[in-house]
Amino acid sequence: MSAAPAGRARARWIGFQTILIREFGRIVRIWGQTLLPPAVTSTLYFVIFGSLIGRRVGQVGGHDYMQFIAPGLIMMTVIQNSYGNVVSSFFGAKFGKHLEELLVAPLPNWLIVLGYALGGVLRGFMVGTVVTIVSLFFTRLGLLHPVLIVSAAFLTSFVFALGGFVNAMLAKNFDQISWFPTFILTPLTYLGGVFYSIQMLPGWALDASHANPILYMVSAFRYGFLGTADVGVRLAFAIMVSAAVGMFSLAVVLMNRGVGIRD
Amino acid sequence: MLALKLRQLAKTYKNGIKALKGIDLEVESGDFFALLGPNGAGKTTAIGIVTSLVTKTSGVVEVFGHDIDRELEIAKSCIGVVPQEVNFNQFETVLTIVVNEAGFYGIARHVAKQRAEVYLKQLQLWDRRHSTARSLSGGMKRRLMIARALMHQPELLILDEPTAGVDIEVRRSMWEFLRMINGEGTTIILTTHYLEEAENLCRNVAIIDGGRIIERDSMANVLRKLQTEVFVLNLRDARTAVPRLEGFSASLADDHTLEVELSRGQSLNQVFAQLSAQGIEIDSMRNKVNRLEELFVRLVDSRGRGGAGEAVA
Repeated sequence: MSAAPAGRARARWIGFQTILIREFGRIVRIWGQTLLPPAVTSTLYFVIFGSLIGRRVGQVGGHDYMQFIAPGLIMMTVIQNSYGNVVSSFFGAKFGKHLEELLVAPLPNWLIVLGYALGGVLRGFMVGTVVTIVSLFFTRLGLLHPVLIVSAAFLTSFVFALGGFVNAMLAKNFDQISWFPTFILTPLTYLGGVFYSIQMLPGWALDASHANPILYMVSAFRYGFLGTADVGVRLAFAIMVSAAVGMFSLAVVLMNRGVGIRD
Repeated sequence: MLALKLRQLAKTYKNGIKALKGIDLEVESGDFFALLGPNGAGKTTAIGIVTSLVTKTSGVVEVFGHDIDRELEIAKSCIGVVPQEVNFNQFETVLTIVVNEAGFYGIARHVAKQRAEVYLKQLQLWDRRHSTARSLSGGMKRRLMIARALMHQPELLILDEPTAGVDIEVRRSMWEFLRMINGEGTTIILTTHYLEEAENLCRNVAIIDGGRIIERDSMANVLRKLQTEVFVLNLRDARTAVPRLEGFSASLADDHTLEVELSRGQSLNQVFAQLSAQGIEIDSMRNKVNRLEELFVRLVDSRGRGGAGEAVA
């Protein structure tokens, strides 16, 4: 009973769709944990940093502060949610043992990784859309380079969804899925030019910021809206594509080795 | 054709425990096969390797001729597995769980929905299809795992302690269902602690202990190897003394219950004749101990006395 290549490709496609459908179902089912909090948090950011403090800050990079931080806040939310979706979904499946449903199924490991990663991208985009809508209540956002905006959001969410996947594979308990977001991801995001232009920093901090990959992601995304960026857009995309390839490869290698999931 | 072939299958865990020490096993297509053994014998490890949840240390596994080292996806598509522990998302609905499972095996959604209706109805879960899995009873969860495993219509169904913790009525209905799908051609491999279950359902059996197969035969042959059997006779009238039974060992469990041990070759007719001659009437009768259990203890004991291998921790 050997499946023909075409039949196997179709079976894989259906399997991949099913992973995505399940992830979408999870995002919607727990909307109070997935979609609502970013709307509330971003509203608070816009009110406090944008309206109250922003008025005193004046212009940054030639734009109103509110306008300047809006793309950064959207991207920050995309990063946190794409990461959070996969780390909690995959670790939850591992912890609850329903990951076995996928492990015993005739799906290649790379497809399982891709399915979960795109589930994270899906949540990143859903939440990003919510925050974008919220931001429009506070400021005007142009769409100078829509393809660039979508590409930057896709690559960034893909990279961090894969980061969540790797974290979930390696984690042995719930503490270990909160360490990386708390001690690495959040500081890098806050220091990645979400709330300020790195041109405002002193020399050493400016140089150090260039080691932060999130800077490139936020800058490229902001460029798509405002036409200004702290770093070169080509370099930013090169870094994002490299990170995506690297993280995907790492996740597949870990899956092939069964790290944390197979005895 | 062989549904499953294991050759020198071995597994040593990272902590040094040798769960399997090179087992050979063949299961014919269409068989209803029991894999028996005590806790820690290696049953679940063997099943884990076949279903790719556990990585083997060495050896060969073939499912319907497909080597899991070379044709893993095809081998997996032949297998349905019902694990020992509940392993579905407790927050998903029954219907979602089975339809998604079919999707993971490449079954189109509209086909999956049709099959879901068939299997959920057969397993008396259709009325609960929109309930979340966590709201189901223990027996329902077990049946849901069977329905889920059947969604891609596997040629080989592996059940690891499928009726653990379910009541007798549910167990019996699950037995009927398993007999039915086996009758339709699905090969079934069953591990169970309810040895009566294996005796009732399975045609062939392997007994595994300490990571080795210590017996592999037809169920009928295995049962023939038993030396003695104890019958429990319910007496119509109360008795204070054990009736005299020439050639048999007998005892009273209580004033209405007589236990009689028969060796191979002895006939129950002789027991009834002697009791009848004494004016003792029997209302009903049953086996006292599970015969496979007795066999199992005997096999493990004899192996222990022979010093044939180290025990698994």
